[in-house]
Amino acid sequence: MDFMVFQYPMITIQACLDGILLGVLFALIAYGMALQWGVMNIINIAQGDLVILGGYIAYFMYLYGIHPAWGVIVSPIIMYFVGVGIYKLVINKVVDRDLFISILATFGISILFMQLMNFAFGADVVLANSGYGTTFLFDSNVVLPNSKIFSAFISILFAICLVIYMKKSKLGRAIRATAQNARAAKILGVDTEKVYAATFGINAALCGVAGALISITFTIHPYMGLPYTIRSFMIVIVAGLGNLPGVAMSGMGLGVFEEFADYILGTEFRIGAVFLLLVLILVYRRFKLSRKREYLK
Amino acid sequence: MKINKIILSFISAVAILLSTSVVSFAKVVGDKIVLGAAISLTGKYSSNGVHTQNGYNMAVDRINSMGGVKVGGKTYKFEIIYYDDESNPKRAAQLAERLISQDGVEFMLGPYSSGLTKAIAPVTEKYGVPMVEANGASRSLFTKGYKYLFAVLAPANLYLDVAIETAVELNGGKGVRIAQAFEQDAFSQDVRLGILDAAKRTGSEIIIDDKLPKELNDMAATLVKVKQMKPDVLVVSGHTKGALTAIRQIAEMKVDVPMLAMTHCDAAKLSKQHGKNSQYALCASQWHKTLTYKDNFFKDGMTYAADFQKEFGYDPPYQSAESSAALLVFKDAFERANSFDQKKVRDALAATNMQTFYGNIKFAPGGQNVDKPMVLFQVMCDSAGKCENKVVAPLKWASAKLIHPIPKWSER
Repeated sequence: MDFMVFQYPMITIQACLDGILLGVLFALIAYGMALQWGVMNIINIAQGDLVILGGYIAYFMYLYGIHPAWGVIVSPIIMYFVGVGIYKLVINKVVDRDLFISILATFGISILFMQLMNFAFGADVVLANSGYGTTFLFDSNVVLPNSKIFSAFISILFAICLVIYMKKSKLGRAIRATAQNARAAKILGVDTEKVYAATFGINAALCGVAGALISITFTIHPYMGLPYTIRSFMIVIVAGLGNLPGVAMSGMGLGVFEEFADYILGTEFRIGAVFLLLVLILVYRRFKLSRKREYLK
Repeated sequence: MKINKIILSFISAVAILLSTSVVSFAKVVGDKIVLGAAISLTGKYSSNGVHTQNGYNMAVDRINSMGGVKVGGKTYKFEIIYYDDESNPKRAAQLAERLISQDGVEFMLGPYSSGLTKAIAPVTEKYGVPMVEANGASRSLFTKGYKYLFAVLAPANLYLDVAIETAVELNGGKGVRIAQAFEQDAFSQDVRLGILDAAKRTGSEIIIDDKLPKELNDMAATLVKVKQMKPDVLVVSGHTKGALTAIRQIAEMKVDVPMLAMTHCDAAKLSKQHGKNSQYALCASQWHKTLTYKDNFFKDGMTYAADFQKEFGYDPPYQSAESSAALLVFKDAFERANSFDQKKVRDALAATNMQTFYGNIKFAPGGQNVDKPMVLFQVMCDSAGKCENKVVAPLKWASAKLIHPIPKWSER
């Protein structure tokens, strides 16, 4: 245990800012997951692999001399069609079945994607350089890479656009209606099949944006998807479905939590701490539920 | 009736299985010496697996075209049976079993990575099959008392202690303050043990000792600590991910540290992926093409690199060079043993004392190569931004002078 993070105020600020910037990015991925979980009742284990695939799109643009930041526009467009394709091929066959089958199906997709990416792009760790430089705060005691600031800004921008789209557009309203009650929506003339396909596509597109940002800020590798799946799962569990401000807050909270766990427990327990938190929250929720039931009796 | 049919088909299936397993390769077929290797052609080690395979193939072609192996007055040619172990230790062990008991292979070449070599070594040991491996550096491979395992490379704990020694030397013989971050895998943890030994030996102090997770892609926290504590040396080892992440974040966070020592720089293509940001990084390497070791097959490092480039279209990483060296060792041992008896070949291997383009090779009782020091190179860039790896230590092989301390970011 090391409490250095609390001894120096500058490190505390650094940890908080790092965590928030990171958390916003997680929240974007988690929002996609919450959306399709809410609408289709599907937990997408392949979420992280979609993110990595999106990252590779930005990386290849970078390789061909295009600035990787354009990836945040190109990648979601391509990923939307990838998402719709996955829906048409696999997900539409499991969408009305129980949750367990959809987990198995998306787990299969995840493995398939990992192997395909490894086959197509090689097992090397890669990254795209944005050349964005660094921002110094507090007499250069706190340093923030501009790439992290950029990715947080883009994540927020996409999240806002999506919220407006969900509120105002016809498809957005249809998606919300389906999420509330698929059968009723169908009776009232909503083509739920189309809504499902669009939802999966939008989720994949969000993953594409996040992936492009990750290739700019961190590194990508065919087998690196799972931690992103786990984090978004965690965020959604904490926030609850269909609760966008909740997803944003819990995303940032998780980011800060991870940073502090990193300082206090050591980097090796970073992901472990996330798992531990997940277990604690699930136990707490169960405990709360059981108490409520007793009270009602 | 139906049951009879099932029984009949079962018996015939078993019969077919038996008949195929009886007809198997022998170790030496006609004028061929058949070696077996399980290599990661798919999965997470696939790129290094391919480097390994290319190294093996290049040496086989070269030895065969230059007269092959002479045993008992007859000339033999090498041939390798490859299987893909999918970067999976369990699969690698199965394949070793299959190579030995089904394909009848009596001599093995190693897979890629310490983990997979660890999985295979007990199998080859059980059957008494001599294995020369070129890509498993973990110290624990050499402390188990394996009799049939020989590694042409220096063990992992020696990767970076040259760096610590150099830092201490530059500090006027006084101990230095070390910050270190290592991934939690067998190889990196062995590198860490080496640093701990070196620190003890030189009276240095370890002020940051972080362990990085396998899915590492963010080490900002470690670097913030480094900024705060100002160590003399920062050591990072976490395969290619670790090297790439460290360079990216050090540059972005403008972390000033007098010496930065790492592993896997050439595998990560640091200078290509990061350009000038990777400048001044010190990297441990088993081999570098400018070293002046010589042999009769590949001449020297530069010639090897040029030939390799011609054949495979890229500059050979050390993983390929050491793999080629493994074949040279086998050839030498077969000729000295003058026999294909596994025991005799094993004893000949143990008595190996030779120079190859890759370095001197002489095995300790544990199987590791004790006659080849690690080299350190430093990434150096010219004003046009073109970066190159130049050997800076040990001094005997140095082609450039170490730049120390690393200039501050504000002065670059």
